[in-house]
Amino acid sequence: MANPGGGAVCNGKLHNHKKQSNGSQSRNCTKNGIVKEGQQNGKPHFYDKLIVESFEEAPLHVMVFTYMGYGIGTLFGYLRDFLRNWGIEKCNAAVERKEQKDFVPLYQDFENFYTRNLYMRIRDNWNRPICSAPGPLFDVMERVSDDYNWTFRFTGRVIKDVINMGSYNFLGLAAKYDESMRTIKDVLEAYGTGVASTRHEMGTLDKHKELEDLVAKFLNVEAAMVFGMGFATNSMNIPALVGKGCLILSDELNHASLVLGARLSGATIRIFKHNNTQSLEKLLRDAVIYGQPRTRRAWKKILILVEGVYSMEGSIVHLPQIIALKKKYKAYLYVDEAHSIGAVGPTGRGVTEFFGLDPHEVDVLMGTFTKSFGASGGYIAGRKDLVDYLRVHSHSAVYASSMSPPIAEQIIRSLKLIMGLDGTTQGLQRVQRLAKNTRYFRQRLQEMGFIIYGNENASVVPLLLYMPDLKHAWTKGIRKTKGRVMASL
Amino acid sequence: MATATEQWVLVEMVQALYEAPTYHLILEGILILWIIRLLFSKTYKLQERSDLTVKEKEELIEEWQPEPLVPPVPKDHPALNYNIVSGPPSHKIVVNGKECINFASFNFLGLLDNPRVKAAALASLKKYGVGTCGPRGFYGTFDVHLDLEDRLAKFMKTEEAIIYSYGFATIASAIPAYSKRGDIVFVDRAACFAIQKGLQASRSDIKLFKHNDMADLERLLKEQEIEDQKNPRKARVTRRFIVVEGLYMNTGTICPLPELVKLKYKYKARIFLEESLSFGVLGEHGRGVTEHYGIKIDDIDLISANMENALASIGGFCCGRSFVIDHQRLSGQGYCFSASLPPLLAAAAIEALNIMEENPGIFAVLKEKCRQIHKALQGISGLKVVGESLSPAFHLQLEESTGSREQDVRLLQEIVDQHSGCGHGGTNRGRTGESCVHHQGGSPGRPALGRVPGPWLPATQHAERTQDSRWPWRGLKESKNMCIFDRIVTKWCQYGPIV
Repeated sequence: MANPGGGAVCNGKLHNHKKQSNGSQSRNCTKNGIVKEGQQNGKPHFYDKLIVESFEEAPLHVMVFTYMGYGIGTLFGYLRDFLRNWGIEKCNAAVERKEQKDFVPLYQDFENFYTRNLYMRIRDNWNRPICSAPGPLFDVMERVSDDYNWTFRFTGRVIKDVINMGSYNFLGLAAKYDESMRTIKDVLEAYGTGVASTRHEMGTLDKHKELEDLVAKFLNVEAAMVFGMGFATNSMNIPALVGKGCLILSDELNHASLVLGARLSGATIRIFKHNNTQSLEKLLRDAVIYGQPRTRRAWKKILILVEGVYSMEGSIVHLPQIIALKKKYKAYLYVDEAHSIGAVGPTGRGVTEFFGLDPHEVDVLMGTFTKSFGASGGYIAGRKDLVDYLRVHSHSAVYASSMSPPIAEQIIRSLKLIMGLDGTTQGLQRVQRLAKNTRYFRQRLQEMGFIIYGNENASVVPLLLYMPDLKHAWTKGIRKTKGRVMASL
Repeated sequence: MATATEQWVLVEMVQALYEAPTYHLILEGILILWIIRLLFSKTYKLQERSDLTVKEKEELIEEWQPEPLVPPVPKDHPALNYNIVSGPPSHKIVVNGKECINFASFNFLGLLDNPRVKAAALASLKKYGVGTCGPRGFYGTFDVHLDLEDRLAKFMKTEEAIIYSYGFATIASAIPAYSKRGDIVFVDRAACFAIQKGLQASRSDIKLFKHNDMADLERLLKEQEIEDQKNPRKARVTRRFIVVEGLYMNTGTICPLPELVKLKYKYKARIFLEESLSFGVLGEHGRGVTEHYGIKIDDIDLISANMENALASIGGFCCGRSFVIDHQRLSGQGYCFSASLPPLLAAAAIEALNIMEENPGIFAVLKEKCRQIHKALQGISGLKVVGESLSPAFHLQLEESTGSREQDVRLLQEIVDQHSGCGHGGTNRGRTGESCVHHQGGSPGRPALGRVPGPWLPATQHAERTQDSRWPWRGLKESKNMCIFDRIVTKWCQYGPIV
């Protein structure tokens, strides 16, 4: 087990589990961050503080048991497949139509091996339906399976008031209707639900314009553009920015939407190790010095794709070092702040504020409204010429429908709340409370002995369980804690 | 040398070794060592052999100048001066402050402004708030989503349906979930952009056939069959798909589904049907092109549609047999890695479905209106109508091109501007036509095939056009363009109000 709060000694060896990087010791500290409005009251930059990130390794016996678990699961999987093929065991999965039995099979056997045999055993932990707003407490629909997770059936009962630790509702803005959401009701009644057109045609509502101005103001940049879906924002705008002959340097653990956008663009992609500035620097040097492979022509442009907070590791990007590198090698930086906007930084402005940097130093600021703002959709913000170019050339603006009006209104309302434009300090209080809660939660979990990944300020907390069957036991156990039921992954 | 008698005996070999001269042995030893060294020495990489000094590298880094992140955009580009719409995009629409009759939104059944739909959305807003704050796998599944999937499956008479939170992402995630590198996809040349992106993401072999030309498709399928016979092992694992649209966005025509189904069984390819424009439009009950032709729904492997046209919501869905659809719950990128549809939009879609089921008569009304407008617009010199007579979305194309694409686009834009000056909202797809280039995914060396013909003006029909649609128009200036416009307006006025 990991020792609380300090050096973990596993099997007599001290594993390098706590990476303490002092931001002020890096080369770029001479260019101190420009003081932004958020720090005018003299609060210290986080940038100067120690960045504490931990990626502890599990103790050896845990690793052994995990591998054993997967190994046994696989063996049993082969056994069950064999039994199913020979008809000894009934096959519960859906099958191909009789008329199409001689077609080439739609799925290769091994593709679905994992799904059929391992995932199916613990499938009931995912896709749990709820029937209330995803606030701090929510209602989960009870569902049972009579045939070992092949099919589910709802008992009709609802487990009420479950503590919610699974939704990305960082600031608690996705809640049941109350009077402050009156404006959303008005917009819904005035505009309807859909738009039925693209941005280039009849899909630009005055609400979108208002929203874009507000987003630009919130992020302190020149202009912003909003899109209907966060995933689509990445996958449709990266191809508009880079193409063949350009180089994309993407972090190892980037989100699927960034990877898809990079692949669709047709540019060459090179991966650097997660949050590792030495690896990135080496790639940049090689790219600038040696140019394109084989032809040795210079690259047209180099784009670095990183995320603000990585959702599966809970780590925060080392932005000051990356910005220093980007300036030295004249590359462009694209930061995906899906999990960090509204959740990180003294006033919730994201990773640039967290490190005390000027948002103009990042070329493309992208984010989504799903997590902290309790709505859906994405945005891209930056200089005006960038946003103008995207207005003309983005695939989303031309071919995909724009954001729905009540959703836009919800984002406007959330932004006003966070910025304090509605006259209260509720927004700021929420952001500060989130930061405090995050640190407390992480600290307590580590004291209890769990292995937590990531930065101490990231609100996404990955708690490692390792063994597959432990996930099952965990959810069963956690549900019965002290009469108050909890839901998590 | 004699073979049977001469045998190499081990003892004799050792003896020979003792008797050999020393220099010979040493030479052989050195040669063997050299071979071993060569075998184990690292091969050099081209990069590592560079002879650049550190100083030269620093100079290269200093000198390199990348292109600007974005090239400059002309200030008067029409996309920078959007038409700002205030108010709902229903039958009448307020564009840039002027009230117009809406010919541009895809609000086919006019449900965007329906009070029942709004009431359902409001009820959902009250219960669930706005956002879902999570993907479907992590507490983002609400009971309304399950309800909507159930209702859609029942409406389309399939086993299962799956919802996506964005219409574009639906088909663009569905295709790569099934078709991977090495599989073959036969797709129509006029396929919409979302399909093209899905194909590009799938990295499969793309074979384009001429628009709605079944003979061409059959030729391609036959060629593939011949290839298969040469390499049966590979053919046994190569999946084949045919991707078509029910009602094509780019041409307004309907795909010949009965022939496609015949080809499917003959050549063993699966059909993916994209029904964004035809869902809620074609067929007696609005079930789309399968109902229009009376084809069994199980013959189509996957039907994908978006809910942004007829259902007056946002998002999309795929429906089909459980065997096919369930796979997307783990492999559909837009499903797994994206937040789920906001519940108020799902509730609006459910109510819209209710309305569609309760009044199946609106589909006949819509078709009638489409036919009327289609007839009315025939015979205008200079412009021709492209699209089926019962398609609610069709295009007005210049009969003769002026020769340059920019001029065509400008001419059409003038027509559109004149329209809006006179109270009709329309749009110029000249600019969208430019981006509509087919790409073949995968290896380099394959040319980009086909450009969708354009530019054109799309126009859409709403089921709700009522009697009070007058066509007010103000003074027109004399010019060649205006003569065309004049004729359009006169025709409409002659035709009279549409009931």
